[in-house]
Amino acid sequence: MSDKTLQKITSKHKKRGGLVSLLKEVQDEYGYLPAEVMTEVADSLGISVGEVYGTGTFYSFFSTKLLGKNIIRVCKSVPCYLADNQSVIRAIQKQLGIKPGETTEDGEFSLQLTNCIGACDKAPAMMINDTVYSELTSAKISEILSNYR
Amino acid sequence: MPEQQVVLRNCGVIDPKDLSTYLARDGFEALHKALAKMTPQQVTEEIKTSGLRGRGGAGFPTGLKWELAGKASGNHKYVICNADEGEVGTFKDRYILERDPFSLVEAMAIAGHAIGAQKGYVYLRAEYHYLLDLLENAITQTRKKGFLTRQGTSFDIEVREGAGAYICGEETALMESIEGRRGEVRYRPPFPPSQGLWGQPTVIDNVETLMNIPPIILRGAEWFSQMGTQQSKGTKVFSVSGDVQKPGVYELVMGSSLRELVEELALAKDTKMVQVGGASGRIIPYAKIDTPLAFETVLGAGAVIVFNQSRDVIDIMCKTMEFFAEESCGKCSPCREGTQAMLEILNRFSKGQGSGKDMETMKELANAMMLTSLCGLGQAAPNSVVDTLEHFTDEYQAQIKNGV
Repeated sequence: MSDKTLQKITSKHKKRGGLVSLLKEVQDEYGYLPAEVMTEVADSLGISVGEVYGTGTFYSFFSTKLLGKNIIRVCKSVPCYLADNQSVIRAIQKQLGIKPGETTEDGEFSLQLTNCIGACDKAPAMMINDTVYSELTSAKISEILSNYR
Repeated sequence: MPEQQVVLRNCGVIDPKDLSTYLARDGFEALHKALAKMTPQQVTEEIKTSGLRGRGGAGFPTGLKWELAGKASGNHKYVICNADEGEVGTFKDRYILERDPFSLVEAMAIAGHAIGAQKGYVYLRAEYHYLLDLLENAITQTRKKGFLTRQGTSFDIEVREGAGAYICGEETALMESIEGRRGEVRYRPPFPPSQGLWGQPTVIDNVETLMNIPPIILRGAEWFSQMGTQQSKGTKVFSVSGDVQKPGVYELVMGSSLRELVEELALAKDTKMVQVGGASGRIIPYAKIDTPLAFETVLGAGAVIVFNQSRDVIDIMCKTMEFFAEESCGKCSPCREGTQAMLEILNRFSKGQGSGKDMETMKELANAMMLTSLCGLGQAAPNSVVDTLEHFTDEYQAQIKNGV
């Protein structure tokens, strides 16, 4: 990680109110919120490390562990559950060889289960990074994942 | 009662990327009317008279909220659009934002005029990041046309994104998040109209609520209040999902029956129960399918999840409570501990290890959570458990361990 990258981010968010937006950029840039970066962020905003860490660990889109290049978030809420999201989750697990909460060894994919993503009319659904994939079947999974290889 | 398009009037009709198509549909006429012919008090009065109530689930009278914020003193005032649609089974705000972002911008500018705010925020959930460009484009096009400028002062709108937290749809948690903090709810009072964002008077309205503003200003409060029931005026947009042939977004006049929505429009068959209001909503057994949809009966934010006869009630309750246990912000103990304890008990039932005493404990726990939780999350989390204990008692009893 380069200090320049961090400086660029912190220089954009000088106010305390920008912390969530700032951490979003750190998450995107580094793939997680590294401890030393959180310390530097705290210094740049003049707040305690605890406050930064507390905010960083509150939101599900932030992670203190390094995540894969592509983050798969499969919706596990009731409408997707009714539409058999279980078979979708199984297909992804089989294809990537990882369980929810894990990252592939090559660092390409992280698999997460998430709460409602607002695509219940086309359940079951998942997101890969910022893109929504809906009306999923286990058969569609390998084709979708191959686009990210 | 029929379907009627008020909120969804432009959806599928205009090009959401092109302001000129919105202008061709009377776009910004309401804002021009409000600025040129109406005082802020008159605008607020019109909304009050219309009977419009908040569509995010709480149903607070919108005009009253605006009046309180307008009268409150503060150096700055803020208008916030709550686009943190996170309730399980809700996707109507996504549908609206995808198809008609301009009405939202117009409505926020009208609200700004009514309460005397210079700044508005749209708080967009992280999961809807793909809508950010569309929304910012609508704001930019509007600003370029000069529609956000008024008599020397201006009103501007900024989009703030969430970072994945259901609780940030709760108004005070949302403000904490905009202020760059953990999305923990605040103690109330003070309420947002007197002390909201950065301690200043703030109006915070749901996407769908705001969508009603331009037509009310253009066509008048009387036109609006003719639709609906005694306490619920206008229309409601529903998100229908689950065991139906035609899931999707439907707009109905308030007071329409649940049967009309799920059977006639969404084509549900063999229905066992319907959850109205999402995870935090009420469970309506099929025997009560003729229940009218309105604030005085059952409504919430309009998420309607349909379950057919093959569904296991306890299984659904476990999933629902797991959701709340994960999404509780953790600030108050009735919610933080209550959701966990409730989940533990429900899991016992799902394994066939429940007891009669457990059923009583759940009722007591639910009561404590409803009475003492700090915000709507903890207060509403036990709703579906309470309802299923009442309507599907036999399914709980079937999961009681022999001899206990």
